[in-house]
Amino acid sequence: MISSKKFRNRSIVAFILFAGAIVASIFIWKWLHRQPEVADAPKPLRKVLSVNEKVFSKTLSSNHFAKTYPVSEAVKQVRVNGDIGLKNALDSNWKLHLVENTGDTVLITLADIKSLPKTDLVFDFKCIEGWSQITHWAGVKFSDFARKYNLDAQTQMNYVGLSTPDEQYYVGIDMASMMHPQTLLVYEMNGKPLPLNQGYPLRLIIPVKYGIKSIKRIGTIFFSNTPPPDYWYERGYDYYSGL
Amino acid sequence: MKKAIKKHPLAIRWFHWINFPILAVMVWSGMLIYWANDVYRIGWGDKTILRFFPDSFYKALNIPFRLAEGMSLHFVFMWIFAVNGFIYVLYLLFSGEWRYIFPDRKSIKESLIVVLHDLHLTKKVPQQKKYNAAQRIAYTVVIFMGLGSVLTGLSIYKPIQFQRLTSMLGGYEWARIEHFTLTILFSLFFLVHIIQVVLAGWNNFQSMVTGLFLIKNDEKIFSPLIVPVVEQNDDKIALEKPVIILPNEKTNEDFPPTADNEGENRQDLNTNTDE
Repeated sequence: MISSKKFRNRSIVAFILFAGAIVASIFIWKWLHRQPEVADAPKPLRKVLSVNEKVFSKTLSSNHFAKTYPVSEAVKQVRVNGDIGLKNALDSNWKLHLVENTGDTVLITLADIKSLPKTDLVFDFKCIEGWSQITHWAGVKFSDFARKYNLDAQTQMNYVGLSTPDEQYYVGIDMASMMHPQTLLVYEMNGKPLPLNQGYPLRLIIPVKYGIKSIKRIGTIFFSNTPPPDYWYERGYDYYSGL
Repeated sequence: MKKAIKKHPLAIRWFHWINFPILAVMVWSGMLIYWANDVYRIGWGDKTILRFFPDSFYKALNIPFRLAEGMSLHFVFMWIFAVNGFIYVLYLLFSGEWRYIFPDRKSIKESLIVVLHDLHLTKKVPQQKKYNAAQRIAYTVVIFMGLGSVLTGLSIYKPIQFQRLTSMLGGYEWARIEHFTLTILFSLFFLVHIIQVVLAGWNNFQSMVTGLFLIKNDEKIFSPLIVPVVEQNDDKIALEKPVIILPNEKTNEDFPPTADNEGENRQDLNTNTDE
């Protein structure tokens, strides 16, 4: 049993707290957007995104395979979504620059790569925009490639960096995802050589990541313990972008 | 004489008011993400009744070209949404509050009366305990919608890691459609909820803030939940805790007359002692 006065006071206190909570949440929202940005995203959000990366890369296995499909299910019209790094004419004398160590670059021709064991892959390619397509690719597993070129020491490092010959497009990928058995250096699509707009002569297909990481027209591959620059990371996207 | 009951426990008020802005951020950032591949519509063949969403809608809300921002917000606030919802469900289960919320056998039939009553199509007044049958169904369904959003969300966020879940939901594309549909349903729930809260009036709204619900002298709602005490002094308010009625216990639709008498008796006793 309480007096009307006490009852009223209780209600007033509750409403003051309620108003305070509203003001606080508006303040938090504004504060969040006032924070210095790290790679085009507010710092607190970036911090949580890197915690997410740790949570999902540590607690979940990197040995999960993307579902594969029969070749007959692959689409004939493969969507072309990006041409960053493809706008300059392709050097007819293209070679892959494999940076084994700083200042120690091996030049590899397409023929060299084609001589390695070939792997076919039909999977559901997923774009960060939200669409997906079952597509058919063929090339060499990056792990096979690494074995062939004796990259044992390099693959002990944390990251692989890849960029187009003109360095307009570049991605950084954690080593576990790069060494995943479905990660391919691709030179064929639907049984034919890659079209120019799909990254001829050599592109990456990495099913455990969004399509933004599947860089077209690879010019350079290098290794690093710190995260290599990443085009879309710098524009506010998640660095890990793992599926 | 006034009476008040402790309608909403403090915990439920916190869960409710935390969820409100968080769900708003999730829906908002979800729209920023959806825009990047806005392929859904209602229609058949070439005929489209409703496109999600019209360009004017995007323009008015300044949605285009904010995918990265949407994703970063979505994948930060998702934790609060999921954790808050999870603790809420645990609280419902362990506090016994679930008895007020989960529908029972009569709820489906009763909810029809509620809908007809609200639309002024019947004069029958539906039974109103803490919640009426339609509220119970809605508030229970919305819990499952939350769970559905978390599961469909996980299956499009990490479709390879949660491959089993994704294929159980019909695959990646279907899971995205389901996730989107749930968001639309959440928005519709929100709309109806707001309308109902406005119609129900101030006393109902303030009870979600203060927890206390004032009842008029002769009001017979919540009857199974309170033991009323008749108070002579106009300046005093009887504060009652809702009594949880166990399913096998006999419930009365109206104030139990015995309880009424007891209250009066107690008053008499007090008066006697004073003398």
